[in-house]
Amino acid sequence: MFTSPILDYSLLAPILIILAGALIGVGVEAFARKEQRAPLQLGIALVSVVASFVQLLRVRNVRSLKAAIDSVAFDGATVFMQGSILVLAFFALLLIADRGNFVAQASAIPGSQDEHSSIAEGKSQTEVFPLTLFAISGMMLFAAATDLITLFVALEVLSLPLYLMAGLSRRRRLLSQEAALKYFLLGAYSSAFFLFGGAFLYGYSGSLSLTGIATAIDVNSGNDVFLLIGIVFLMVGLLFKIGAVPFHSWTPDVYQGAPTPITGFMAACTKIAALGAMLRIFYVALSADVVMWRPIVTVISIITMLVGAIAALSQRDVKRTLAFSSIAHAGFLLTGIIALNQSGLKASLFYLVAYGFATIGAFAVVTLVRDSAGEVSDMNRWVGLGKKSPLIAGAFCLFLLSFGGIPLTSGFIAKFSIFTAAYESGNTTVVVFGVLTSAIALFFYLRVIVMLFFTEPKSDAVTVSVPSLKVKLVLAASVIVTIVLGVYPSLLLNSAQSFASFLR
Amino acid sequence: MSLVTVLELTPLISAVLLYAIPKGNTKLIKQAAIALSVVALGISGLIAYRFDTNATGMQFVESHNWISNFGIKYAVGIDGLALVLILLTTILTPIVLLAGWNEAEGGRWSVRTFYVLMLILESSMIAVFAATDVFLFYVIFEAMLIPVYLLIGGYGRGERAAAAMKFLLYSLLGGLLMLAAVIGIYIISTNQIGGTFETAKLATLHIDSLTENCLFLGFFIAFAIKAPLWPFHTWLPGAAKSATPATSVLLLGVLDKVGTYGMIRFCITLFPHATKTFTPLIIVLSIISILYGAFLAIGQRDINGLIAFTSISHFGFIVLGIFSMTSQGLSGATLYMVNHGFSTAALFLVAGWMVARRNSSQIEDFGGLQRITPVMAWSFFIAGMSALALPGISSFVSEFLVLVGTFTRYPVAAIFGTTGIVLAALYVLITVQRSLHGPAAPGNEGISDLNLREKIAIAPVIALLVIMGFFPKPVLDWINPSSTATMQAAGYSDPLPKAGK
Repeated sequence: MFTSPILDYSLLAPILIILAGALIGVGVEAFARKEQRAPLQLGIALVSVVASFVQLLRVRNVRSLKAAIDSVAFDGATVFMQGSILVLAFFALLLIADRGNFVAQASAIPGSQDEHSSIAEGKSQTEVFPLTLFAISGMMLFAAATDLITLFVALEVLSLPLYLMAGLSRRRRLLSQEAALKYFLLGAYSSAFFLFGGAFLYGYSGSLSLTGIATAIDVNSGNDVFLLIGIVFLMVGLLFKIGAVPFHSWTPDVYQGAPTPITGFMAACTKIAALGAMLRIFYVALSADVVMWRPIVTVISIITMLVGAIAALSQRDVKRTLAFSSIAHAGFLLTGIIALNQSGLKASLFYLVAYGFATIGAFAVVTLVRDSAGEVSDMNRWVGLGKKSPLIAGAFCLFLLSFGGIPLTSGFIAKFSIFTAAYESGNTTVVVFGVLTSAIALFFYLRVIVMLFFTEPKSDAVTVSVPSLKVKLVLAASVIVTIVLGVYPSLLLNSAQSFASFLR
Repeated sequence: MSLVTVLELTPLISAVLLYAIPKGNTKLIKQAAIALSVVALGISGLIAYRFDTNATGMQFVESHNWISNFGIKYAVGIDGLALVLILLTTILTPIVLLAGWNEAEGGRWSVRTFYVLMLILESSMIAVFAATDVFLFYVIFEAMLIPVYLLIGGYGRGERAAAAMKFLLYSLLGGLLMLAAVIGIYIISTNQIGGTFETAKLATLHIDSLTENCLFLGFFIAFAIKAPLWPFHTWLPGAAKSATPATSVLLLGVLDKVGTYGMIRFCITLFPHATKTFTPLIIVLSIISILYGAFLAIGQRDINGLIAFTSISHFGFIVLGIFSMTSQGLSGATLYMVNHGFSTAALFLVAGWMVARRNSSQIEDFGGLQRITPVMAWSFFIAGMSALALPGISSFVSEFLVLVGTFTRYPVAAIFGTTGIVLAALYVLITVQRSLHGPAAPGNEGISDLNLREKIAIAPVIALLVIMGFFPKPVLDWINPSSTATMQAAGYSDPLPKAGK
């Protein structure tokens, strides 16, 4: 006999509201007139994000494993991560809504007559808003899911829209489409690995739920080889998403090719979702088996930091530089998993928010630096920007200093707390490497600052377009958060501390 | 609110106030900046007046929770050691602002920005000496690099961007090693007494010797880069050659003292056993610094490079005095920090005026200035005499104390150190002879002597050099109790004199 599942709608509502917004958005695409679509879509997207956040605040103190049968955990970490995804997505949406970053008609072949006419007609692609909402809902579910099937579904829900969105750039469309294809192919492989790993874990434990796997490890019931294979393959899928070495090679290409607002969205929000899921899997399901995976994650973390920091040194493109910087940060973030203690979870939560804001801010600046043909991400042409527009260049420097972990920025507290957590758990090696890599990473952040402020501008240099109100909002929020969390981090650390728990 | 906090905030508020003056009115900006820095000097004078020389421990203490999740506090307080360094800061700042009247012109940014950066730097230097919370110290230690970096890179000369970058990278690398050590000691405190960063509590921890040695090195390397001690000194000559005189004075005269200050405050106090282990090595490094700096100074043709290398030599003396582990040595080293600050200030300021007038920094280009510009030449001469520690000038007292203190424990090191004095005579006298005496070098005929503003700026420095040479007692009264306390905390007592052996 079939019994209908028991769902706790108030706890699922944050995700459902976003999904409803996405569906309404699809309807708008079909029925609304062309010129009405853009403002309507933006309104719907922002309203659903805000509504979802409000609902999340209302239920923030509820703790339940039964939100959707046994598949979604509503615990402190879920609330914090869903909340930070929503806040960052709000600002990412503002960036996405800023003019002229997206292709006029995605189906037109680059360089064709079709493309020219669609540009001349002033068409614009507004499907990006519902796509973003779908991705957000997937991210929120990914951070909360407690069984392998739900995790996989969420992974796909968040990934598929992103594959599409990466290909929507208005300029350099071939590069953008190439990036989308690469991202899709590699992403599909990594999903397959994830599924494969899940199958092995099921084979080992006879359960798909994270707690079931944890119990199986506790009683040591299955075949250890299955467990090891399962963990490793599951890790491949997850490490791909956060861009850890050796599964990072898509990151620079996709970051460079995708429209800049999408890159900012991916870099900030996907990282939270993917790391959130990873934290949950390792803390809840695999914590008893720490001796088996900690050495692997430690090595990967160190390599990721080093590769990210060193490869960034030779980059000539701002977006690629930021991509490698995000790889280095993935390495730092992995130390939060290695720590495997409450401080590690707290530090990771703080780190993700601090990093997310600085990232969105940095990409917002990238959208502003233009020449007649559009955005310019070639770093040689950013030379001397500090002279022409000191405020924008100054904000960019602030974000870079935060990435570098200079005191009195949010990035410093983030690094400090995550290294403290790793040290606390006795993993001093990773701390020492982290500290040394930070020095290397600082070099390339500083090199960019030197270019902006200490080098004379060239004649073919670029202009900084006057930011629209939306971009101003994004920049102001990122600057304020970066400074406030650097000077008085208790504001966020306190709530990170109280929310840093997983239900088992 | 403690007076120390007021003093920290004064230059910061002054910097904000400068923004009330229109950007174009550079004269008013300069006057306001100097006047406001004199206010800070007045407050520090008040602190010195109220300072109780008989009390042990920290005074003017203030403590608030800052980041409670990690037990981090805004905690300040000063003892004699911190007091003299804070006084050094507040005395030198108005002097360099007055002396460097024209330095900000021709920089990359506005004149106002220069003075704002200078005042921020002053504030952070006061704060770094007053901090009694290791985390607070670390944050300021790192954050103060940014104004210096901008001052060198934005207002310096020659290869300024590269020199500024080198300075920043070296300092940040040292700082990051220190961060690892700071985290380490915090975790140990969490396990033993509940997480804290208060220096006094951290000194009571029991740390196993391997960990203690590692943590000691983390702190020490950061301070050795800052100090700068051979072989971590390579950033200094470039920075000194590129920075403007005012920046150089604050950089070498005060900022670098954070390194030697940190060795006393953190390395010795927090890690007494590791200090014992590493003392022989550090003594050797400091002797190498003394001799290496002196030899390279002899060979310098650039006057700013000369001052930089003499400083490396002098920092060798300071470190030698600190790690001699005698109260004379430690007091001498502390006094040396102050004297070196004033002596370097005099050298850099006069050299800066010479360079600006002659438009060259080559020593041989200054020939014959003694007859053409007697006041400037005499000022340089006295500054030079303070660098070679002539009796009657303040440096002599401190150098003597350092060598006496070292001799009672490490006679061989003291003997090597003494040769540093002979070499100092060489590099100073050769420079004086080449630059001031002899026939006038071509192009020097029309050089004007110091004007009234410059005379007013240099006079207090020279007066202090001479007065403290004859009457160092008031300063030593501040310093001695804290030196004794440091020695006791590290578990050392002065060796008895072995007469007739």
